[in-house]
Amino acid sequence: MALFELKNVNRHFEIRPGLVSRVLHRHPTRWIKAVEALNLTLEEDEVLGIAGESGCGKSTTCMMIAGLAPPTAGEIHYRGKRVDNLEGEALRRHRRHVQMIFQDPYESLNPRFRVFDIVAEGPRAMALWPERGIGTRVADILFAVGLEPGKYNARFPHELSGGERQRVGIASALVMEPETVIADEPLSMLDVSIRAGILDLLRGLAQERHFSCIYVSHDLSILGNIADRLLVMYLGQAVEIGPLKQVIRAPKHPYTRALIGAVPVPDPRYRRPIPRISGDIARPIDPPPGCRFAPRCPYADASCRKTFLGLDTSDPLHHQAACHRLEQITDDDI
Amino acid sequence: MTTKAVLEVRDLNVRYNTSAGPIHAVSEVSFDVFGDEVFGIAGESGCGKSTLIRALLRLLSPNGICESAVISFKGHDLRTMPDREFRKDILWREISLVPQSAMNSLNPVYRVGAQIVEAIRAHRRCTRATARERVAELFDVVGLQADLMDSYPHEFSGGMRQRAMIAMALALDPALIIMDEPTTGLDVLVQERILRRIRKIRDAIASSIILITHDIAVIAEMCDRIAVMYGGRFMEQARSLDLFESPHHPYTLGLKNAFPSIHAVGAELISIPGFPPGLIGPQTSCPFEPRCPFRIERCATETPQPVTITEQHEIRCFRSAEAESLRELAKSKATWHCSN
Amino acid sequence: MRGVGEHYRIIHANRLSRIGFWIIVGFLTVAVFAPWIAPHGPWEMLFVDGRIASLRPPSWAFPVGTTHLGYDLFSQLVLATRTTVIIGGVSGLISILIGANIGLIAGYYGGKIDEILMRFTDILYGMPFLPFIIVLIALFGRKLEYVILAIVLIIWRTSARVIRAQTISIRQRQFITAAKARGCSDLRIIYRHILPNVLPLLLLYASFNIAWSIITEASASFLGFGDGETISWGGMLYELWLSGKTRVAWWWFAAPSICIVLLVTSLVFVSRAYEEVANPRLRKR
Repeated sequence: MALFELKNVNRHFEIRPGLVSRVLHRHPTRWIKAVEALNLTLEEDEVLGIAGESGCGKSTTCMMIAGLAPPTAGEIHYRGKRVDNLEGEALRRHRRHVQMIFQDPYESLNPRFRVFDIVAEGPRAMALWPERGIGTRVADILFAVGLEPGKYNARFPHELSGGERQRVGIASALVMEPETVIADEPLSMLDVSIRAGILDLLRGLAQERHFSCIYVSHDLSILGNIADRLLVMYLGQAVEIGPLKQVIRAPKHPYTRALIGAVPVPDPRYRRPIPRISGDIARPIDPPPGCRFAPRCPYADASCRKTFLGLDTSDPLHHQAACHRLEQITDDDI
Repeated sequence: MTTKAVLEVRDLNVRYNTSAGPIHAVSEVSFDVFGDEVFGIAGESGCGKSTLIRALLRLLSPNGICESAVISFKGHDLRTMPDREFRKDILWREISLVPQSAMNSLNPVYRVGAQIVEAIRAHRRCTRATARERVAELFDVVGLQADLMDSYPHEFSGGMRQRAMIAMALALDPALIIMDEPTTGLDVLVQERILRRIRKIRDAIASSIILITHDIAVIAEMCDRIAVMYGGRFMEQARSLDLFESPHHPYTLGLKNAFPSIHAVGAELISIPGFPPGLIGPQTSCPFEPRCPFRIERCATETPQPVTITEQHEIRCFRSAEAESLRELAKSKATWHCSN
Repeated sequence: MRGVGEHYRIIHANRLSRIGFWIIVGFLTVAVFAPWIAPHGPWEMLFVDGRIASLRPPSWAFPVGTTHLGYDLFSQLVLATRTTVIIGGVSGLISILIGANIGLIAGYYGGKIDEILMRFTDILYGMPFLPFIIVLIALFGRKLEYVILAIVLIIWRTSARVIRAQTISIRQRQFITAAKARGCSDLRIIYRHILPNVLPLLLLYASFNIAWSIITEASASFLGFGDGETISWGGMLYELWLSGKTRVAWWWFAAPSICIVLLVTSLVFVSRAYEEVANPRLRKR
């Protein structure tokens, strides 16, 4: 059974114009459709990569899975049990199983807490173990992320380097013994030379401690290094999913093709083909029905503008793209 | 590529005086930028790449002190030029800057076009109408529609703002454009488009470009020559093909290992253990020594001087002669992570 | 979290706040030992050679002089210090307690709760102090408790607004989302994660509030709305005004005024040290 299952999940926000413009200018209420009709499963012991540009809904998806933002429609199931409608104490309890690692290690640690207290905060808040048990577990996990507890316990975040802070962030998520860890761009603020170390750490810990991981990034090169499966999102819609190597080496959806084609390659001999897509990414405000990539897509036709083809999640290893016109796309096009 | 250097820098040092002691942010940096080339400076945060640019443009904070043997731009000695003259005749006119986080460098209360018109008129005597025509032309060069001139910055996306900043930098046909992380923080597709624009501009306009970034892939795709900076020094400097095909410096080798490529899905990445140096106090060793798996005794007591390997390929390493074998060793993870 | 030692260091880093700190300590000592320091009662008529010691300028026998009724101003001043410290301390602390909690809760929860609490604060902003205290005193009589109550009800509003604003900016930071994801309850986030981050600002406003309540109490007493049974610096000025000797007895006027100015200024000096912590941009480079 899948660990997590998202069934037709939406998250829409209302942008209400002020009273004056509503009455005088008749500005209607508009909707930001941050995530729309998302179907997704997360299997046990896998690393699922979510790729996409800003505004594609990847962070919103994370917040929904972590129970920090409820979906506005659809259902989220955790081990077969519905969790999107949990409230209060039950929600707080549920959050223990899904922990997040945040993007900015300079922002995600409370500047007034010492390392020990940062890591111990979750278990203390949930009263998971008696204080002494918390102490030994914190020491264990700090050691596991490569920070010697005796040396780091009493330090404040501002006394640590970016890499050390991110390790503290990882420790404070893992000390909760979660079954799912969501990492939202955890490397983007770190230097190139230490990124690989954090990736290795995360991968190693995932195997050792048996948690599934959702790894979100706009950087496909990094995802290519950690994920088992890859989901590509565009403006709130899931456009392609499949085993990592298949998606990266043989992308199907025109958007995925363009995205992968645009990733810079550390090879001065490489000459990149010119992508065939046009225009800029829009904001998901009152989007028309159908595929949201259609306005930029060279293959789009009337059917694309009418209906959006969702993904089918019954077989996680099935490589598929949400596109009406897959047959029309030939391999020499990008 | 012409052989005449547009910019010639020799032995540039920058130190910041702080209460904790002097910080040697840039040490003994020498390089040339030739006509029509893109010169890349690659380095991680705190390596001194931004300080180097600030020193060249005289934008250092008051506690920053810059000393150098030569800074010569098109034959003018920039070291002795008075500030007033430098601001009037060199800055923007001859050397322009696309600043880091250029996206936030536009004033939100003025229209984008008007800001560029002002910048042009501040340096060149012309009517508003001529300046506007020039802006329309520039917008075309950077791939923005001319009618966007009368929009406000908040109506632009990040990529559009970035292109507007590049347009502003091009306004006075400078001989040298310095771009500090021009695509950091932009989405992949937007980044690709801007980089393609920059290449086109380079071909269309006879300007040289200094491109500063931490992104090795961007530098590989864009630059003719590359300098790898670490701890305030240029550790390795070479033509880009040479640098990627026969890297010599251990730090360059480490960076290559650590950087993922989408063409090598699942390849093992190796991080460089340790942290960048603090640079406080006198610098008497190789800055990479504490993290280098190939260090020898000498590295801790002496700073290596540049050694020329082939034409235009220089490195600062005592073991430059053994590069071949070090390169082989550096491919193994054990080299980096077990010897320490 | 900051220990006592750290507060000591913050205050002592700045010369003015160091001076202010020791002046405050001095006043506190006087307040605690007032009954033993004061040689006479506050309203004890004194005689010299069988005649009332009326309007004596400062001298060895009467260090601060006497009033027209022969009361010793030095004793009055010392005993009034105690009143002032109690009023300042109690109303300053209660007001910051109310202000901080309302600010934290309004800022953290936002939405309807914020709307209600802030509109309530706005209403208090529209409330002029003097008519308010006049009505209160008229209803309940001249008692110290009501003076404190009136001051508290008026001054918590500013601290509430400022702390709400700060809370809103901290609430949006990622470590708060992180705390939520770790399973912290709302109250735990407010008091354990946000409070320490608004603490410098809170201390700054606590000292403002104390200073402000001292001034307010003095004004109220001066206008005759103080507690008639308890001597205070403002009350001393009120009696001077009633006696009509303002132009003659400069010492009577000077002594309580200097005390008020000295104590309030010291509080402001100490608060400046916290202002630098709350707003690092003010720090000297």
